[in-house]
Amino acid sequence: MAWVNAIIQGVLTGGLYALFACGLSLMFGVMKVVNLAHGDLAVVAGYIAIGVITVTHVPVLWSFLIVVPVMALLGYVLQRTVIQSALDRSVLITLLVTFGLSVVIENGLLQFFTANSRAIGTGLPLVTGSFTLGSQIQIGYLLVVVFAVAVVVLLGLQYFLSASRYGRLIRAVADDREAAQLAGADYRHVFGIAAALAFGTVALAGIAYGMYSQLQPTTGTDTILLFAFAAVVIGGLGSLWGTLLGGVVLGVAQQIGAQINISDEVLAGYIVFLAVLVLRPQGLIYRRTQS
Amino acid sequence: MAARAGGRHHERADDAVTRPENGARPESGTPLLEVSGLVVHHGQLRALDGITLRVFPGEVYAIIGANGAGKSTLLRTIAGLHHPTKGSVRLDGQDVTRLRPERRARQGVVLVPEGRRLFGSLSVEENLQVGDSYARPGPWTIERVYQTFDWMRERRSQLTAQLSGGEQQTVAIGRALVANPRVLLLDELSLGLAPVVVQRIYGMLPQILATGLTVLLVEQDVSQALRVASHIHCLLEGRTTLESRPADVTAAQVEAAYFGLADAAPASRPGGESEP
Repeated sequence: MAWVNAIIQGVLTGGLYALFACGLSLMFGVMKVVNLAHGDLAVVAGYIAIGVITVTHVPVLWSFLIVVPVMALLGYVLQRTVIQSALDRSVLITLLVTFGLSVVIENGLLQFFTANSRAIGTGLPLVTGSFTLGSQIQIGYLLVVVFAVAVVVLLGLQYFLSASRYGRLIRAVADDREAAQLAGADYRHVFGIAAALAFGTVALAGIAYGMYSQLQPTTGTDTILLFAFAAVVIGGLGSLWGTLLGGVVLGVAQQIGAQINISDEVLAGYIVFLAVLVLRPQGLIYRRTQS
Repeated sequence: MAARAGGRHHERADDAVTRPENGARPESGTPLLEVSGLVVHHGQLRALDGITLRVFPGEVYAIIGANGAGKSTLLRTIAGLHHPTKGSVRLDGQDVTRLRPERRARQGVVLVPEGRRLFGSLSVEENLQVGDSYARPGPWTIERVYQTFDWMRERRSQLTAQLSGGEQQTVAIGRALVANPRVLLLDELSLGLAPVVVQRIYGMLPQILATGLTVLLVEQDVSQALRVASHIHCLLEGRTTLESRPADVTAAQVEAAYFGLADAAPASRPGGESEP
């Protein structure tokens, strides 16, 4: 029964990891930007949520209505300015720029909010509550909600990309930027929209993590970014459902590792990550793209 | 008048240019597209060296030349994908030299690029929809493309990789048409296609022209270009070597201009001002 429990917990945690990962995957898939500041931006979103809740007294759960648009706007602006100007030079520069962004954000957070850890909505029944399945399996409401949110976000992203005008343009620009320009599309604007989407999902990831665990200025790089990378690589780059699968595989591996020995939790996840990199570098779900 | 303006060019133009003009171009008036003194560099290489051309409404203007003559560079520069070192591109009198490619496309200069460049992860219909995203108002719609190329409708949900080369080329043309261009730029339509397929694609040209478009095309196959064009312009190593109506030149003159045979050029040098 303990093993069943581990797997169920792992699958549900996978939803959180998929939420971490989908923005990273989207930005790489569309503009070939490996955003090393991805995790830090999630933390920023979490801190914004804490601030918004404290100042405006909106219900904790509804804080995303403010935080997501703010982060999306930030994404558009950052993409159109800092990231685009780096992209115009080279892919390596974008790596350096996002790394720089990551360092600046982390130190900024340390400066203004100290290294103390913070959590969002502690004490909410949703965050702390759980229900039991059978006699031994206890499932937290929060993880179920986060998993559902991840699925809804992925469905929404997929629908947007496949059915909307801008979704189509995003895919077209990802395929062939120049040909899209010839059709009248300003790829910088399209990149900005893709970044806004990615940052919107990052905001949800940050809020979810702030409720699930605790946020510190360094959480972005030492947890969120690494788990996001692992989920993306395991699932397969460019595939949205791959990120969910990757997240779930990572989550299950961690829980099984923890079941063997509690200190092996994180290590087990990375061993699977490494195994996929070696044995199936294209990821579990591989989307073939035509030239 | 256009022919007179052409005369000015003769004075400053290079001696090697063949312009056996025996009268005003039938399409005289204001040029829809005017390229003057265009110089384009690829790094150190001077890919285009002072190209001047004027395309009038309703024309099929063909640029011919050997590999590396600068034909594609010329078309790409007109579309905004290369930045000229010198010279200008005007659309209907308005200077568009500094406009980004997407702005030019929205103003009606639409290129069908060499190698078709369809969006590989999009279906046929989505490719057309992308072309339609920033379309100018005009006669062409996705529906009209389906009416013109009837096979396309039933295959609209397929990925373009599943189509034959000729079909892909047709989709690429359709994607450009739905934008309702004023000037349609066609870069090497025949590349990699069987002659029969090329014939069929060029066979569609009259239908396209009937909707009021102007076509500027690049073609390596000279006989094909001579068949469809109302005006030909031959490039050699980035320079103009011949400019004429197809009817006014002999095969030998075209050959000389195409390969740069020096002895043929003086024989057909333009003789002063043209008679209207």
